[in-house]
Amino acid sequence: MTIYSTSEFKGGLKIMLDGDPCAIIENEFVKPGKGQSFNRVKLRNLKTGKIVDRTFRSGDTAEGADVIDVELQYLYSDGEYWYFMDQQTYEQLAADVVAVGDAAKWLKEEAICQVTLWNGVPLSVSPPNFVIMTIVETDPGLRGDTSGSGGKPAMLETGIVVRVPLFVQIGEVIKVDTRTGQYVSRVKE
Amino acid sequence: MITWHPTADFVNLKLRADFLKKTREFFASRRVLEVETPTLSAAAVNDPYMKVFSTIYSGPGKHYSKVLYLQTSPEFHMKRLLAAGSGCIYQVTRAFRDGEAGRYHNPEFTILEWYRVGFDYHQLMDEVTELVMQLVGDRIELSGVEHLSYAELFNCHFNINPHRTSVAELASCAMEWNLSIPETMDTNDPDPWLSLLLTHCIEPQLGLGKLTFIYDYPASQAALARIRPDNPPISERFELYINGIELANGFQELCDANEQRLRFDAENIKRQSVGMPITPVDGRLLAALESGMPECAGVALGFDRLLMLATGADSLVSVLTFPLDYA
Repeated sequence: MTIYSTSEFKGGLKIMLDGDPCAIIENEFVKPGKGQSFNRVKLRNLKTGKIVDRTFRSGDTAEGADVIDVELQYLYSDGEYWYFMDQQTYEQLAADVVAVGDAAKWLKEEAICQVTLWNGVPLSVSPPNFVIMTIVETDPGLRGDTSGSGGKPAMLETGIVVRVPLFVQIGEVIKVDTRTGQYVSRVKE
Repeated sequence: MITWHPTADFVNLKLRADFLKKTREFFASRRVLEVETPTLSAAAVNDPYMKVFSTIYSGPGKHYSKVLYLQTSPEFHMKRLLAAGSGCIYQVTRAFRDGEAGRYHNPEFTILEWYRVGFDYHQLMDEVTELVMQLVGDRIELSGVEHLSYAELFNCHFNINPHRTSVAELASCAMEWNLSIPETMDTNDPDPWLSLLLTHCIEPQLGLGKLTFIYDYPASQAALARIRPDNPPISERFELYINGIELANGFQELCDANEQRLRFDAENIKRQSVGMPITPVDGRLLAALESGMPECAGVALGFDRLLMLATGADSLVSVLTFPLDYA
């Protein structure tokens, strides 16, 4: 178990706070003219995603959190768990609905995802920044409109709905930015 | 790639040179003598919250392999000059404080410190205002000067009397403000609560667009300031804030050798209790006080912070050539 002092606190360091793993976002050293100095620390609770502010006395310590980010391949879901595989060791890991969260709607089989592990168990899942998916449902739209203005909703193979230009049709494959949920382009297969 | 360039641009380096020149002109015109004193000393500050750098002298002479401390301010040496009859003095020098790094802290920094024989601390506040206005008055918008006692400050922010409050009252203030309380804080002592409330709730709002002096601190936070035997006793100390940044700390200087000795000893006991190494008490300073130091007021001003404010920067990095990470 690693112990970190406030002097070692910096953005990105993962520590345990009230039993939850947290990532430090910001660490500000504050000191009155005379007297005790403090570290005002902003952290992200990696379980809940919530941002918390915490004050430490300078020199206080916190236990390091065994949190690592790994690239895993998404295999399938049985509705309760989402299964991922380490492509080097072929070890399989199951992430529950809390860990997968919003990433679920972007998960297509074989996608390489960044999975955050806490003590070896998936804590959160980030989908790839861009995914390639087939449109399964959308209005025919207007022929001849190629400007892309306005757009229309289209349902993709995982069930998620994104806005696409009017000229894009059912069965076409598109590229989407998962961070913004925005259509990027059509993809020729 | 290795970063070797200075973090301050040359515009700011020229401004520093200009500030130094104007500072020297300011004091020359007032017949305040510029002095230099050692940055290394066999004695050190005993402040329980100040970490001191030390080094070992390796050679020749009677100090062979002796521990020497880097000054956290030039105060002790300058007071010896005052006791020796120097009259009013100032210096711009380097001070060193271990464990202090951040946006507004660098472990090595430039301090402007001066002593005015025959001044009281209110007169010295006025002189600080004049100097600051001469240096930054035409660079940042400052609408005026405000003087608030520590009691007024806590009264208007929290409706409490900081000199008579209880830890229970302070704790409920902190609760009201939704402050996070460090687990290891000594919650039975009012001072850490006062520091917590001051740094978290009040400081960021102090001196916005003006100079704000806070004066008359609790006797427990006197440091080297004289304590006025009011009921409750008050330490004759002030701090200056501009735009939420603490810029200067001044005292009506304690001239009483016996009281100074008692304070040093008490500080070392406190250091031990908080797990800090005790530091050698400056016997030469005590001897100087014993022989008689004239009544005076003194102040230390963070020169780098003043430059930072003048340039509108939000970190010292913009005004230092090579801050800690690049030194």
